[in-house]
Amino acid sequence: MSKSGTILYLDGVSRSFDGFKAINNLSLVLDKGEMRAIIGPNGAGKTTMMDIITGKTRPDVGEVFFDGQIDLTRHDEADIAMMGIGRKFQKPTVFESHTIEDNLVLSLKGPRSIFPALFHRRTASEVKHIDHILEVIRLGDKRYELAANLSHGQKQWLEIGMLLAQDPKLLLVDEPVAGMTDAETEETARLLRDINETHSVIVVEHDMHFVRELGVKVTCLHEGSVLSEGTLDFVSADERVVEVYLGR
Amino acid sequence: MIPLRMIAFIVTLLALSLGASAQDADLKPIIGKFADSKNFRQTEAIVLELAATGDSRTERVLVALSDGNLYVRSADKGVFVGSESGSTITLSDPVSGEDAGQATKSEVSKIRVNNSLRRTIRDAIGTLTLGSDDPAVRLSAAETMFRSPDPASIPALDAAIASEKVASVKTRLEQARASAVLLSDLDDEQKQAAIAVIGAMGSRDALSLLTAYEAQAQGELKDAAAAAITGINSSLALWAAGQNVWYGLSLGSVLLLAAIGLAITFGVMGVINMAHGEMVMLGAYTTYVVQNLIRGSAPELFDYSLLIALPLAFLVAGGVGLVLERGIIRFLYGRPLETLLATWGVSLVLQQTVRSIFGPTNKEVGNPSWMSGAFQLGELSVTWNRLWILVFAIVVFFALLYVMNRTAWGLQMRAVTANRRMASSMGIRTPWIDAMTFALGSGIAGIAGVALSQIDNVSPNLGQGYIIDSFMVVVFGGVGNLWGTLVGALSLGVLNKFLEPYAGAVLGKILVLVLIILFIQKRPRGLFALKGRAVEA
Amino acid sequence: MITGRFFASGADRRILLTIALLLVVAALVPVLNLAVSPASAFYVPSYIVALVGKYLCYALLALSLDLVWGYCGILSLGHGAFFALGGYAMGMYLMRQIGDRGVYGNPILPDFMVFLNWKELPWFWYGFDQFWFAALMVMLVPGLLAFIFGWFAFRSRVTGVYLSIITQAMTYALLLAFFRNDMGFGGNNGLTDFKDILGFNVQADATRSALFAASAIALALGVLVTWLVVSSKYGKLLVAVRDAESRTRFLGWRAENVKLFAFTVSAVMAGIAGALYVPQVGIINPGEFEPANSIEVVIWTAVGGRGTIVGPIIGAVLVNAGKSFFTGAFPEFWLFALGGLFVFVTLFMPKGILGLWDQWSGKLKWRSPSQADEIPDDQGEVVVRVGQTQAQSGGNAEPQPAE
Repeated sequence: MSKSGTILYLDGVSRSFDGFKAINNLSLVLDKGEMRAIIGPNGAGKTTMMDIITGKTRPDVGEVFFDGQIDLTRHDEADIAMMGIGRKFQKPTVFESHTIEDNLVLSLKGPRSIFPALFHRRTASEVKHIDHILEVIRLGDKRYELAANLSHGQKQWLEIGMLLAQDPKLLLVDEPVAGMTDAETEETARLLRDINETHSVIVVEHDMHFVRELGVKVTCLHEGSVLSEGTLDFVSADERVVEVYLGR
Repeated sequence: MIPLRMIAFIVTLLALSLGASAQDADLKPIIGKFADSKNFRQTEAIVLELAATGDSRTERVLVALSDGNLYVRSADKGVFVGSESGSTITLSDPVSGEDAGQATKSEVSKIRVNNSLRRTIRDAIGTLTLGSDDPAVRLSAAETMFRSPDPASIPALDAAIASEKVASVKTRLEQARASAVLLSDLDDEQKQAAIAVIGAMGSRDALSLLTAYEAQAQGELKDAAAAAITGINSSLALWAAGQNVWYGLSLGSVLLLAAIGLAITFGVMGVINMAHGEMVMLGAYTTYVVQNLIRGSAPELFDYSLLIALPLAFLVAGGVGLVLERGIIRFLYGRPLETLLATWGVSLVLQQTVRSIFGPTNKEVGNPSWMSGAFQLGELSVTWNRLWILVFAIVVFFALLYVMNRTAWGLQMRAVTANRRMASSMGIRTPWIDAMTFALGSGIAGIAGVALSQIDNVSPNLGQGYIIDSFMVVVFGGVGNLWGTLVGALSLGVLNKFLEPYAGAVLGKILVLVLIILFIQKRPRGLFALKGRAVEA
Repeated sequence: MITGRFFASGADRRILLTIALLLVVAALVPVLNLAVSPASAFYVPSYIVALVGKYLCYALLALSLDLVWGYCGILSLGHGAFFALGGYAMGMYLMRQIGDRGVYGNPILPDFMVFLNWKELPWFWYGFDQFWFAALMVMLVPGLLAFIFGWFAFRSRVTGVYLSIITQAMTYALLLAFFRNDMGFGGNNGLTDFKDILGFNVQADATRSALFAASAIALALGVLVTWLVVSSKYGKLLVAVRDAESRTRFLGWRAENVKLFAFTVSAVMAGIAGALYVPQVGIINPGEFEPANSIEVVIWTAVGGRGTIVGPIIGAVLVNAGKSFFTGAFPEFWLFALGGLFVFVTLFMPKGILGLWDQWSGKLKWRSPSQADEIPDDQGEVVVRVGQTQAQSGGNAEPQPAE
């Protein structure tokens, strides 16, 4: 497999915790501009895979390359985020004691060192950018409210909005529609498709309805490695996938 | 038959008494010379003459002379052993010890001795006692002769070695002979052998002997002595390291005792109990109260006072822990920093309470007889109380390990730790388990206090001295792992004692603190950390 | 942005009021002490000046802790160490000012060195005869220690109680070190018997008043600086790190640097507080490194209300006034009272006095949304959450095994 032209390239990655193999010889390639849905039962290694890509966990063996040439195993979270990988957690994680606006201000692309932050003044273009994002995530009317007061679904959106403000090349989105109504789920699918116009995206999700809405290539993980890959119809027809989900 | 035996008996008796009087006759004239002795030199000559007889009964007169209890009666120049009481002196025969009447101070004159003479006398006695029936006496004689070697005693030693049956005494005699050989004019071969014998001893005495010898020896002998010194030095270094390990283990056992309760409350439950040290202090005060009661009402039980105090201290500290958990800590679960502050407040209150009741000064807690004193193990000196505390700490550790891993209660505790909700739905009363676990941890701190009362000052501040160290041990060893606490405590203790010779006690402690701080940076979860995604989150 | 906020209402007004009040006190108290006749009702006795001056230094110390604990969730149990180091730096200057007026009359060596039979001044005492150098060290030494310590601690992601415990170990190690005679800081007795500061007699009323004014002004400056820091974008970042550290990392911020900056600034503030404290009390000894002292600072901050800037000042003054009263009137009960205060505040007043005040006044009046980011939440959710990663209210409290 060639790394060029890929946004993310995982080859033979393994990671174990006290003998338990969370990731076992996992290989996954994502092309630039692609959106990929990842499914798999609990414990399939989805979150550990995200941890490895974002630098939170180091793999025991294997190659992890971003944008064709950057070895992600040599960098930490902050570095990787600055290179352009954004991550939304499974449990929505926003700064609850800040307003929606401040959440976005802290996420905006820009210098990430202390002194610029200390003497930072908001510019007109920043305000415009924030206005735009607020519109996209439909939280314009809650601009000055504390993030703590948002509903679960709104927090999910705020977190996606923070990713947008960060403007990464690759978005890792972990269970974006958990706790959302059907209407919100459809909205989210549309939002992600919009984002995919300009960004590469990996979505981890259990909700098959939502995955179908996305209409993209699906990878099914099981016990830390790829079980099946293809269209949703192909994957859900795969006997092994059925076996894993329904039990033997 | 009977008359025959009777005759044999009488004959034997006669022979014995004849022999005795014959020897008396030998000794008496020599002893009598003391009366004419003009100066120390003459007295010394007489002492040597007495010693040369090899008669063990001369010991009595020599001891008396050395202690200044040998007198000459002016009237008849008779020499007697005397014991002074007021202005009269009770006299006895210098050989047989029979009573020889009394005398006033003016009637007798004391035979004077000086220090160099005393040394001569001591050596003489050493030679004499080589013939004793008691191996311990022979051993101490050999000891004496080793320390003050005299070439003249070589023949006596040779004889003693030849007849000696007890191996340990024989070895010591050979060493004593070797030390005498070094000073003699025997041939080099003999001296080489002597150097080898002394070098093999490896003790500090042997070292000083050889060092003194090396200074005046020449040629091959000097080289041999130097080699032996090097050998002794390295073996002494080993012993010193061994002693350090022992001190370290001893300190480690103290740390283990202080930390082991914390391993439960902090490690298993995640409760930061800053009042943990005060639980230790309560245990120590319980011991004090128990000993006071025993002294007052049943002094014969004093040796059992610690055994009586143990369960009481467990109950007192455990009870206070229970109240603390139910009254304060349970409202603060999941808020570790708040727990830290609240329990610190509790520790202040407990300290002040004890101060108000017992006063601010140190309380005297006695050592039972079986915990006093020390014994020697090679070049190691080991005190009984430290040894018992080490044993006790290990026993407590394994008892706790048993409770945690082999009892239903322990199983419930671990279940609640692992998955509270699941444990709760399985019918485990989780609040009760929380309370009991905390009480257990506190109770163990209490019994640690009983042990620590033996080696530390029992004052209201007792606990404060242990709290930081205990936390360091638990954090260093790895939270939530009892084995980690054991290894952490013992290795920190040993590390501390090994740093001390180089850095001094205080700086050593500071270095250990700095090392732990650096270590936590490297491995934030301690030596025996649990690994996994869950704990990394 | 900052100037825009300057005239805002609510919490900002409270802070401005505090600064103004401190400046007024700084100007007025010396006048009332020096220029007003002792018979007058407005006369402020010298012992009050000394006492309150001491409280102001404590307040600055509490404020410095508030910056890291209240806004960044770092519960430092070692802030007393930075305070003491600043104090020692000032003490060294004051020792050198004694000159040949010491008991042994040595023009260079302080008395304790003569007593220990030292022949020359240790290298680390060089330069302390100059005030500017000492003043620099007052800030540099605590700041450097905090920087090195924090650099190691934050980089390896030691957080929560682990961090608290190693900060405590740090001050404990310093305590042991400063007790040693051969450290060259006077050992057990510390530094004392000061004569002059900048040529003025430290015992004189005028000097004491000037020191009082300096403390009040330093505190006002501290409040201003802290306020500017926490209301900047960096301040928001600080709170963000407190509430969701990993989120800030995945946004590309280096959380360790964010904490390190606040920790270092805070240590410098604590050092300045210590430096102002020493000439007012006339002594600095290793007792200031006692872990218990540092924990006491935490309770001042908690009593007043952490994360509020003004709260810790109120807390420091109130608790210390209480201490002065108790230790004078009922010395037996002071530890009971202090211990009880720890328990009471954590159980019943997690937001401190200012938190209660806000809760009470928040029910009465409506506040504009623009200030919501300054006073987080009327329900006090935020304050409850301070210093912990997961929000948990008292209701579902459960023990969580330490990881």
